[in-house]
Amino acid sequence: MSAADPSLLASAPGPQIRAVRDEFHGDLLEVSMGPHHPSTHGVFRMMATLDGETVVKLKPVFGYLHRNHEKIGENTTYLGSMPYTDRLDYFCAMTNNWAYALAVERLAGQAVPERAEYLRVILAELTRLLNHTCLAGFLLQDCGASGTPLMYAFREREKILDLFESLSGSRMMCNYQRFGGCRVDPPPGWLEAAGRLVGGYGGFLDEYEALLTGNEILMARTQGIGRLAAPLAISAGVTGPMLRASGVDYDLRKVDGYGFYPRFAFRVPLGAHGDTYDRYMIRMLEMRESIRILEPALRDLPAGPIIDPKARLRGFRAKPGEAYGRIEGPKGEIGFYLISTGGPNPYRYRVRPPSFVNLTILEDLCLGHSIADAVVILGSIDIVLGEVDR
Amino acid sequence: MIGTGLLKGLAVTARNFLGSFHDPRRFVTTQYPEERTVLPEAYRNFPFLVSESADDPMGTLRCVACQICEKECPPQCILIEKSADKKPDANGKMQIYPAVFAIDTSVCMSCQICVEVCPFDAIKMDQVFELATTNRFGGLLLDREALAKPDSYFHRIHPTEAAEVEARLAAGRKAAQDKARAAAAPKAAPAASAPSVQPPAAPVAEAPPPPGTAA
Amino acid sequence: MRPATTYDPLLERAPVVLRDWLTGGLPGPARWLADSLITIAALLAVFGLLFAFLTLAERKILGRIQNRPGPNRTGWGGLLQPFADGIKMLTKEDIVPRAADPVLHFLAPVALIAFSILTFAVIPYGRDLVPVELDSSLLYFFAAGAATELAVFMAGWSSHNKFALLAAMRALAQLISYELPLLLSVVPVVLATGTLSATGVVAAQAGWKWDCLPRWVVFTPWGAAGFVIFMISALAESNRSPFDLPEAESELVAGHLTEYSGFKYALFFMAEYFGMCALSGMAVTLFLGGWRAPLPALEFIPSYAWFALKLLALLLGFIWIRATLPRLRIDQLTRLAWKFLLPLALVNLGTAAFWSLSAAWAGPFQLVRWAAALGLVVGPFLLLSRGLASGLAPRTYRYA
Repeated sequence: MSAADPSLLASAPGPQIRAVRDEFHGDLLEVSMGPHHPSTHGVFRMMATLDGETVVKLKPVFGYLHRNHEKIGENTTYLGSMPYTDRLDYFCAMTNNWAYALAVERLAGQAVPERAEYLRVILAELTRLLNHTCLAGFLLQDCGASGTPLMYAFREREKILDLFESLSGSRMMCNYQRFGGCRVDPPPGWLEAAGRLVGGYGGFLDEYEALLTGNEILMARTQGIGRLAAPLAISAGVTGPMLRASGVDYDLRKVDGYGFYPRFAFRVPLGAHGDTYDRYMIRMLEMRESIRILEPALRDLPAGPIIDPKARLRGFRAKPGEAYGRIEGPKGEIGFYLISTGGPNPYRYRVRPPSFVNLTILEDLCLGHSIADAVVILGSIDIVLGEVDR
Repeated sequence: MIGTGLLKGLAVTARNFLGSFHDPRRFVTTQYPEERTVLPEAYRNFPFLVSESADDPMGTLRCVACQICEKECPPQCILIEKSADKKPDANGKMQIYPAVFAIDTSVCMSCQICVEVCPFDAIKMDQVFELATTNRFGGLLLDREALAKPDSYFHRIHPTEAAEVEARLAAGRKAAQDKARAAAAPKAAPAASAPSVQPPAAPVAEAPPPPGTAA
Repeated sequence: MRPATTYDPLLERAPVVLRDWLTGGLPGPARWLADSLITIAALLAVFGLLFAFLTLAERKILGRIQNRPGPNRTGWGGLLQPFADGIKMLTKEDIVPRAADPVLHFLAPVALIAFSILTFAVIPYGRDLVPVELDSSLLYFFAAGAATELAVFMAGWSSHNKFALLAAMRALAQLISYELPLLLSVVPVVLATGTLSATGVVAAQAGWKWDCLPRWVVFTPWGAAGFVIFMISALAESNRSPFDLPEAESELVAGHLTEYSGFKYALFFMAEYFGMCALSGMAVTLFLGGWRAPLPALEFIPSYAWFALKLLALLLGFIWIRATLPRLRIDQLTRLAWKFLLPLALVNLGTAAFWSLSAAWAGPFQLVRWAAALGLVVGPFLLLSRGLASGLAPRTYRYA
């Protein structure tokens, strides 16, 4: 067989394919599902080596969206870095903001009033709802359901984005948390609108599950695919719903008890098999638990200041020291590590991105499966390239 | 039994199909540009400079070129050059004004930090988003003339915020006038007893206090 | 076409009358030629327009299912969209790889379309509206349909691209796997009606039981099962979701259509829609009583209108399924054909034989006949589905 002309392939759009002759195993095909691809959730490249249809080696290549976020953080004030954190995991701006604000508040010993803590919980759970809904849509899109579950997911996400827009001024790049609280009070009618949304969300989830969960084709495509064993998950540092789908009971909302989460009664669902279907179902169940947090939180939101009156906006300086602030984001543990030497900018600014860490075991999950399954497994890890590459 | 999941799914899509003809919750497209979504008051796009009056936008800019927004802007998209001379502001005090105030909207990330840190309520967030231009070399670089909009416009697009700013500015002006009157009163008393008549001191307006962290 | 018969009412005979008026003055052989050409032109026009508006209907129905309008800017509410797409396809550059076999590369889409159109010749569209009357028209139909698979392989082979060839072989495997259940679901109909001719099958479905239930094949246990098997196989034969992996392959590895662009690409998709229409037309003929009206009171509606209504209903079903279901993987697809549909179709043949032999059973034994037939249909279905779905089930989860 003749190797394909590389110059022709280099200019062609779509996957780049090279045949690699290996005298012991016959011909292995190296397929590069390149950065431009409808199914890779952003500019992400998978170099898969296939034996027939089966994946024998898979190398993820990323960095196409690297934007020097951490270096910019060293050259920007603490306040100025807040809008950049919106753009890390651009689906979940509110939780990124909270994690960063938490790290800075720990660094500076800044207190937060009750109303702000409740609002932070409400916004984080709304973000969890929209993230998990979109993940279900994207996973089904990867499985080939021509857009219908995705459109339903986006229809509900639009309602949550409308809430964010009327609160913070922007749908996705919210820039809402500040050190010591939140930026602005919810406008009149916002709480009622949020209450109506949360009240109707259970019905939407029921309809969505009727469309998907018992679907035999979905089960055939996702059950038994991409099994992640608990010991491997723990040693690889996987966090979030992916870890809980493998049966490990580790939810930072319970473990750290940050914010006012200990005041809310919610359960943590755990999977038994750790396959793609479990990762999908755990997220559906987590959405129902989020509704159980949101309803009392919206009802019991206390009155009071939205930000600590002693908090400084400009000229914020922290005493020399270091702090690590982490929260249970929708994708996993998102953490910010800051070292301060007393100046207006941090000395070191480091992001612990959950998608990046979860992505490192992609090869282990895909080995032995076909290339069609690799796309579905990637979809179930739930990555956002803004966070993976920063 | 195999197939029931598929049939339930078909029922859901059928319900959505039939619902899209009569239920607005199942037909969520806004047919732009014939229909427009109503933007919430808090919506922000790019900043604009507030002028007190629409008749003389350049002359009545609230901005005093303190350059705080230029320093605090995270992507550094604001360029300010101070003027050489001074002009009286709304309270009559002589202030410098920005000779050049340019925002590169292709860099601006609409984060609103410039609005939060401005001590003079001189820069606020606009809501216009239909800014496409065919001039790639300057079409998105907005200068002072393009950025200046009157206070009445600010009241129209952000009524609640504008009312609160108005109240704060009025309170600041009133506090300044009270202080000036109190300062003038003891001076006037010894002046009345002095042989020569001295004109009363001009009222001194102070800058309004910096806005609180809650906008 | 057969000579016009003396049948009333006028509406039924309208197409035939029109054709006779156009060619009435011509002598014998010329008249035959003119008749054929008019028929061909009519078929191409009707099915060409049906294809065009079917693509639009698909996009609009998919849109409505997804809570959005679908294309509505081109022309009045989007009606000119198919023509805009056609112009776009026609004006794209036609790229032929240098190493490709030019004759085969050109011939593949042409052959595909030709064989797809050939299958339209034997479907009875109305009471006297069958283009070619053959004694074994079902054999001809499925032979022409199977010939389209050759064109798929031609496309992959002629591209001189190893990966297109592999993908073409995979597509071919899918098509061949589903030919068997397709044909086996038709054999019981032939057995029951005793004829291989499509018009004969429609003739055998005449009349009404108790004056309200039509004697269509689908209203018997084996007929309903056969109809379902036929429709699933038709979905796979025309590469429609959930069996559209050959088309989606271009997302993962190069598909068999990688080296085609412009109008040739459009021809492949036209052939897919034509295949869909032809198979649906045959399903209507074999199982749904062809052009027959469902109730005696509704016979005033012309026969071709009934055929069109039934055909459109089946096509809408295709679109509905595409909007709802995700895609099957290739090995799951072939396992479905060989381990589920094929045994079911074979058992269905036995059920149909039993049904025919027990047709003369006296009164109360009819209930036994129905119960036995239903059991023969449902039992194997449950048994085989358990094997197919082994290990797959909704799960319950524990909480920490």
